[in-house]
Amino acid sequence: MRRLFALVALLAVAGCGDDATVSGDGGKPQIVVSAASSMKEALTACAPNFPDAGVRLQFAGSDELAAQIRQGVPVDVFAAANTKLPDALAQEGKLGEPVTFATNRLVLAVPADGKVDSLRALERPGVTLVVGAEGVPVGDYTRAVLAHLGPDRSKAVLANVRSNEPDVKGIVGKLTQGAADAGFVYASDVKATNGDLRAIELPAELKPTATYGAGVVKAAKQPDAAEAFVDDLLAGGCHKALLGAGFGEP
Amino acid sequence: MSGWFGVLLAVALAAALTFLTLPVVAIFAQQPPGDLVSALGEEGALDALWLSLRTTAAAVLLILVVGTPAAYLLATRRFRGRAGLVTLIELPLVLPPAVAGIALLAAVGPSTLLGRAAQDAGLQLTLATAGVVVALTFVAAPFYLRQAIAAFEAVDATLLDASRTLGASPARTFARVAIPTALPGLVAGTALALGRALGEFGATLMFAGSFQGVTQTVPLAIYDRFATDFTAALALSAVLVAVSAAILLSVKLVRGPDAVAR
Repeated sequence: MRRLFALVALLAVAGCGDDATVSGDGGKPQIVVSAASSMKEALTACAPNFPDAGVRLQFAGSDELAAQIRQGVPVDVFAAANTKLPDALAQEGKLGEPVTFATNRLVLAVPADGKVDSLRALERPGVTLVVGAEGVPVGDYTRAVLAHLGPDRSKAVLANVRSNEPDVKGIVGKLTQGAADAGFVYASDVKATNGDLRAIELPAELKPTATYGAGVVKAAKQPDAAEAFVDDLLAGGCHKALLGAGFGEP
Repeated sequence: MSGWFGVLLAVALAAALTFLTLPVVAIFAQQPPGDLVSALGEEGALDALWLSLRTTAAAVLLILVVGTPAAYLLATRRFRGRAGLVTLIELPLVLPPAVAGIALLAAVGPSTLLGRAAQDAGLQLTLATAGVVVALTFVAAPFYLRQAIAAFEAVDATLLDASRTLGASPARTFARVAIPTALPGLVAGTALALGRALGEFGATLMFAGSFQGVTQTVPLAIYDRFATDFTAALALSAVLVAVSAAILLSVKLVRGPDAVAR
């Protein structure tokens, strides 16, 4: 059995090696970056320009990505939509010291021609709302923000939830398809829809700011290039791309 | 079979067996059985199981009621464009689930004419249980239709002719001769459709969403728990493995040992 695993692992490694040669990167290392879905547009744009390594991006809900890292999926960098998951992974010894590299704002997203025009309107019965599932950062932020409304208003809003989506793209998809009246997503997600969705800003007392954290995975095959990519998120081309996509400074 | 070739075949079989059974065995081996059972006691897990059973039953019922006569027509009549029709019907069989989800949204989603008409008629599809049934029916129907067409084609035409000659109406011939003769094939098709509907994930999530007790079927509940409660995800997976194995076994019993090869 162990020999079979070794064989499979060897084939996998050989496969990766082939990829690097085919893509013509010469001696450049390849790193795998697991990033929260909300950063898809920004990171897809900046990753090809990262000088130190070829970057393979994989996007999903941060919690799914963290679970993959716990299960030993070999990635080099973990960039999450909160600081809770990187901190937890660091405590478990799976991730190096995490850094905060960007912020995002939770907003109420509505279709451009939709019937919801305020946070208040969400409390009306019959309004359909789509949110992130519990455990997914956007879902946890949403519940935290709603908790600041007080128990009665928060309950009225949550009673209108019709779907708990596994990541932020699922929420955006339901809204752009007209399947729901409103959803809680990040400001950058609304910006990425190019006008299909409109953002209703949340009042500051609801604390709608999300802080993004990243770190080098302990099992990283390319720790140096991974470290350089985290620095790029902090201050390099990818940091600029994030700001351009609607993210804020940490 | 002797010599190096025999060894090669044996090694290939051993590799295939290990690769295919190890992940399934691991579902049961990672946690003590007691933990799996108690994880199933959680309210959301039972909701998901109950919803999966209801929506799968509804979808398969729809498939049987519409699919059986449709398959009979395709199997017993020869007309121009028949092969094309069969191919069209079989297409969802090879469509990726995500494509099925997008296709359903594009056809009967809330921003389409059909979707709006359904909504006006009081039939909510997206983010509703009815939407789950639509998604399951769409992906599972071809599995039944394919088998049913083959089963009806295999019915000896002289049997049907004899029934007609003896004075039975076409409807009676269909119900009393064709269906009983083709029954093993129809049952096998039903089982395949059941298995596919139970396991549906992508189209359901995209078209119907995920909400406990309304649209969150077992596969969606597994994905929902993957990150937060791996034991619960394993427990629900174990249930699906058991049900799927039961379905496969019933196909074998009905069709004989060659069933799965067909």
